[in-house]
Amino acid sequence: MSARSIFARPARLAGLAPYLWMALFFLVPFVFVLKISLSQTAIAQPPYTPVFDTAEGIAGIIAALLALSFDNFTLLISDNLYILSYARSLVVAVLSTSILLLIGYPIAYGMARLPRGWQSVAMMLVIVPFWTSFLIRIYAWINILQHDGLLNQVLLSLHLVSAPLVWLSTDTAMYIGMVYSYLPFMILPLYATLAKMDPALLEAAGDLGASPLQSFWLVTFPLSLPGVGAGALLCFIPIVGEFVTPDLLAGSNSLMIGQTLWLEFFTNKDWPVASAVAVVLLLLLLAPLLIYDRLQRRQLERTR
Amino acid sequence: MTEDTAKTAMQADLRAAAPRAAPGLPLLRIEAVAKEFGTFRAVDGLSLEIRSGEFFALLGPSGCGKTTLLRMLAGFETADEGRILLNGEDIAQVLPHERPVNMMFQNYALFPHLNVQENIAFGLRRARLPRSEIKARIAEMVALAKLEGLEKRKPDQLSGGQKQRVALARSLARRPRVLLLDEPLAALDKKLRESTQAELMELQRRLGLTFIIVTHDQEEAMTVANRIGVMNAGRLEQVATPRELYEVPATRWVAQFVGDINLFDGQIDRYSAPATMTRRLAIVTRDAGTVHAAEPRQPIARDDVCVAIRPEKIKLSRRGPVAENTPALNRMEGVVTDIGYLGGVTTYKVRLDSGAVLRSSMANTARIDLDAYGVNQRVVAWFTPDDCVVLEQ
Repeated sequence: MSARSIFARPARLAGLAPYLWMALFFLVPFVFVLKISLSQTAIAQPPYTPVFDTAEGIAGIIAALLALSFDNFTLLISDNLYILSYARSLVVAVLSTSILLLIGYPIAYGMARLPRGWQSVAMMLVIVPFWTSFLIRIYAWINILQHDGLLNQVLLSLHLVSAPLVWLSTDTAMYIGMVYSYLPFMILPLYATLAKMDPALLEAAGDLGASPLQSFWLVTFPLSLPGVGAGALLCFIPIVGEFVTPDLLAGSNSLMIGQTLWLEFFTNKDWPVASAVAVVLLLLLLAPLLIYDRLQRRQLERTR
Repeated sequence: MTEDTAKTAMQADLRAAAPRAAPGLPLLRIEAVAKEFGTFRAVDGLSLEIRSGEFFALLGPSGCGKTTLLRMLAGFETADEGRILLNGEDIAQVLPHERPVNMMFQNYALFPHLNVQENIAFGLRRARLPRSEIKARIAEMVALAKLEGLEKRKPDQLSGGQKQRVALARSLARRPRVLLLDEPLAALDKKLRESTQAELMELQRRLGLTFIIVTHDQEEAMTVANRIGVMNAGRLEQVATPRELYEVPATRWVAQFVGDINLFDGQIDRYSAPATMTRRLAIVTRDAGTVHAAEPRQPIARDDVCVAIRPEKIKLSRRGPVAENTPALNRMEGVVTDIGYLGGVTTYKVRLDSGAVLRSSMANTARIDLDAYGVNQRVVAWFTPDDCVVLEQ
């Protein structure tokens, strides 16, 4: 018994580590942001009131708490700039994730069917872009997509178009950027589930009269759904909050929520509204996470 | 035959009662089939005929090509040479999903996302059977494999034995002409394996189907099969009933692979054989002196031979046997060096005076054996000429 607890204690402490991490780097900052979102702007340093002042003791803290209000959140609903930004972010994220799935699935499927040695090579090729800064890669795309860029040169030389097309500052450019940057995040989880699938299952399906296409839809695809879910979430969540890609590649007539947030923070210096935007964004993203978590847990229970 | 007519023919088969060709007729003909992987010849010009209603076992060490042969029958591999005929029709070009043959996989390959019932229904749905027929077949298979009450369980929620029965039910649901079983019981523990072997045999007899099982376990092959094909290095060494395989092995390799055996190399002495013993051969061995053996049915062409005697055919005694004067009785003397008590039998190793080691096993027919031998006991080992098998080297 005692021998067991000696070994059990460090294990239990190690089990606490992720919670500690979450508390320190997620929960505490989130509480700060939440507090700021309930404050008012002020021309001061920091640019909002009230500020907790421990010098005034408990009474000061209570006074500060009473001064908090939900005004910033009501503003988010009353001004449709914010609602439109949120909507655009969701639309962009859904569309990008769908395109990523359509492109990523065949790639991951092909990778999983390569001979063993080639699989690790393919994996390297998928990861290699991470060796260069994300920003530099987006600038490279600007180069490719600009008026006299590579894409237009190729199209012109192939006589596919008679005059250069406008790519940059369009939604197309933004989607190209999104799909390009997030493709590895879609491929890797898909590849992981597809690669560990027992090839005997496909033989069994064939043996029982399923054509190759039927085998795919009845066996491979349903069994790869956890990978589809993981890949989709890994892409969807960061894309909703994307700032760099739409800012550099898309036009400026409609903004994603990340861009709106940036404007509030740095151009308008309105920290409280920016914080409120961030809090609502987080709540929006919590929904798909919780759904995915529930699905995962149900699957785990099933295997038990 | 076009793909469509093949399909409708197969569907007709599926709808019909379990096909029962007259037993004993050749159902499957394998003609000089070969399969190469790179430079490795996994199956090397193998021919075999399997009769309808037979329980046939392919037995061999791992890497002998038995699984490759089975996979060619299922259609997962295509033969590089030769033909495979099912009911007289070449099935080389028929894709796996269009063959009237089903396979039970080694690790069952149950679909993890489907429950027991859906697993069984998978093949039936692909055959586009009417809904009511599918329902009836599922019920039939559930009863057959004793899976009542487990219909809604997923494979992860089943024990090893239950999974095995689901796999069996799934592969039988389409009523195949031939059921292929790839090491079907390897994952079960010994007790469960034995009871499952009995169930498999009972099922095969009752349904009158043709079963082809691949196994490396000779006891399993001998228990379940009517006939066994022993494979080695891509070729069939011998095709025989279990009894023939054990008592009349065709080659030295088979003799050594199936069960335990004592082998003595020697030469036939054609001159010293007395006239009274026309059906006996005298063989001068290097390690065991002159051994008298019954002449095999097939005449021995060469003089270099090998005498094989199963351990249980060799009796040990303190003194020679009573009928010591029987002229052709083989007897040799030695010292017991090793004793293995296995419950039902005890195995002995006897070092002969020539230095060779002889293995003998004797049934423990009495509970109290005051006469048991100890190590270093000097004994006489003896066996009759009829218990010897003469093999060409």
